[in-house]
Amino acid sequence: MTGITFDSPTARRPGAPGRVLSTAVVVLLLGLLLVFFVLPVIWLLLAPSKTAGQIVSDPPLSFGSFSQIGAAWKHLTSFQNGALLVWLKNSAVYSGASLLLTLATSVPAGYALALTKFRGRKTLLMVTLVTMIMPSATLVLPIFLELNKFHLIGTVWSIILPFSFYPFGVYLVYIYFATSLPREILAAARIDGCSEWQIFTHIALPLAKPVIGLVAFFSFVGNWNNFFLPYLVLPDSNEFPIQVGLNQLLSSTPSFNPVAGAGLNITVPELALAIIIAILPVLVLFLFSQRTLVSGMLAGATKE
Amino acid sequence: MTLLESRRVTATARRRGVPRRRGGLAGYFFVGGYAVLLLAFGVFPTVYAFYLSLTNDRGQFTGINQFVKVAQDYRFVPAFTDMLLYLAMWLVVLVGLTVLVAVVLRGRMRPGLSALFRFLFYIPGALAGVASVLVWLFMLDPAVSPVSWLLDSLGFHSFAAVLTPGNLPVIFVLIAFWTGAGGWIVVMYGALNNIPDEVLEAARMDGAGPWKTAWHIQIPMIRQWIAYMAILAFAAGTQLFVEPQLLQTASLGRVTPTWSPNQLAYVFAFQQGDFNGAAAISVFLLALGLIGAGLLVRRSDMFKVDET
Repeated sequence: MTGITFDSPTARRPGAPGRVLSTAVVVLLLGLLLVFFVLPVIWLLLAPSKTAGQIVSDPPLSFGSFSQIGAAWKHLTSFQNGALLVWLKNSAVYSGASLLLTLATSVPAGYALALTKFRGRKTLLMVTLVTMIMPSATLVLPIFLELNKFHLIGTVWSIILPFSFYPFGVYLVYIYFATSLPREILAAARIDGCSEWQIFTHIALPLAKPVIGLVAFFSFVGNWNNFFLPYLVLPDSNEFPIQVGLNQLLSSTPSFNPVAGAGLNITVPELALAIIIAILPVLVLFLFSQRTLVSGMLAGATKE
Repeated sequence: MTLLESRRVTATARRRGVPRRRGGLAGYFFVGGYAVLLLAFGVFPTVYAFYLSLTNDRGQFTGINQFVKVAQDYRFVPAFTDMLLYLAMWLVVLVGLTVLVAVVLRGRMRPGLSALFRFLFYIPGALAGVASVLVWLFMLDPAVSPVSWLLDSLGFHSFAAVLTPGNLPVIFVLIAFWTGAGGWIVVMYGALNNIPDEVLEAARMDGAGPWKTAWHIQIPMIRQWIAYMAILAFAAGTQLFVEPQLLQTASLGRVTPTWSPNQLAYVFAFQQGDFNGAAAISVFLLALGLIGAGLLVRRSDMFKVDET
């Protein structure tokens, strides 16, 4: 332990055996993790360019041909007469509409919890915190029964409404306003004769842009990737979001299901292409959102 | 005199009271939409789950009979054992590796390189859910896997050999780590970044090496964040459904359809038509999640947000 030093000019002692060992451990660890995280992604991106046979026979990280990507696309879109595109459209509708509803409800709620006084505020805050850390999938079954009772099963609302409930978003907005908008500003605006609504739209909302982006990101990604609820409440393939659609593709792949998959053109390259298409919107968001993610997850730290 | 004074008192009271009442009404207006959703999809389902678990299909109160019934089901103990085993492995691996990697990336690397690593670790997070399971089906199928030599050398010559019950928790940890760890590494790195340089400088002056500094200074200072990560990872872990469900599909039935408690609840509800039993399993999970979260919340200051 004693030979290990920080990798900085003042503390550098080349050749110290402890330091060499420690560096070796670090390089090995990072190298292994790098392969672990990146290799599957690269394999996935290359897979649609090959035929199912080439994937087995060719070197794993080789590129096949562009025409093969086209062929895979053709097979994929002809599956159940373009079901893939319908699923994508459904996912966009479900995630998009829920996103709007989430923002419309969670931003004002977080604002009010942070900066206004009303009876029941503390209770609402506590319930929000509890539901936030509650394992939400365990509520999916009771939600299914509830939706069933109100005859919403199979309608778009059975997805959009539960998706719109997002206590974590309320918590983020609450933390943001509690820490970054002094009450004195609001008091001054009230004295100037602003109505509560004007204060919210003219003062609070413009300041809230970063946290709105954050809530939007988490809400959209979470809903786009959600599987359990749509899997339960949507009986018809035409209503599936892409995640449930992928499950159906999987069970139609001959290599995983020789009986149901027989005669279909859905093989490994088609499935890989479907995965890439399914995650594309989220991937684009991810490419630009690393910083957003940190600031969101660290939002509570600014409180102290 | 007294009259005047009391009038003045009421006047100030009223003056103070006006914005308060106005704020109160506005407050209700602002939280209204959210409160409706909270009642409909947070509070009501919870209450409903408890109600169902305490009654039978004719709505008669049955006490703890539903809990006894599901707990005596031959699939109950295996499902919960599977999940707890997975949770234990997952939490150890997640906390250990993310903190270690964050410390290394924070302390021993040029900033540009460190940023590149964080980005590359973070990207698989975009494949969370069904996509990640499908990708790992390929990674673990010796026929198509790019690391089939590794699988071969570990003695897995076929997909069936990989999908033995004993391997499943490890497979789920691999999938969860692949999609989830990168984001947490980024978060832990951010938390480490918040530690003032002077603190680390002082530690160095006192002769502490990087590992000692990490163990005695950096890690204790981000304890809160580690607890936060553990809470959310624990809560997510109790919900395991899509991973075993898809593996079950892909394994042609070699994997049991009731591997995790959530799957067992699903089977109770939709294959046996026993919603009360399913609700009882949900309540077990809910209690487990709340106890776990409660313990961690008490030990960190994460949720002491409303002290003003």
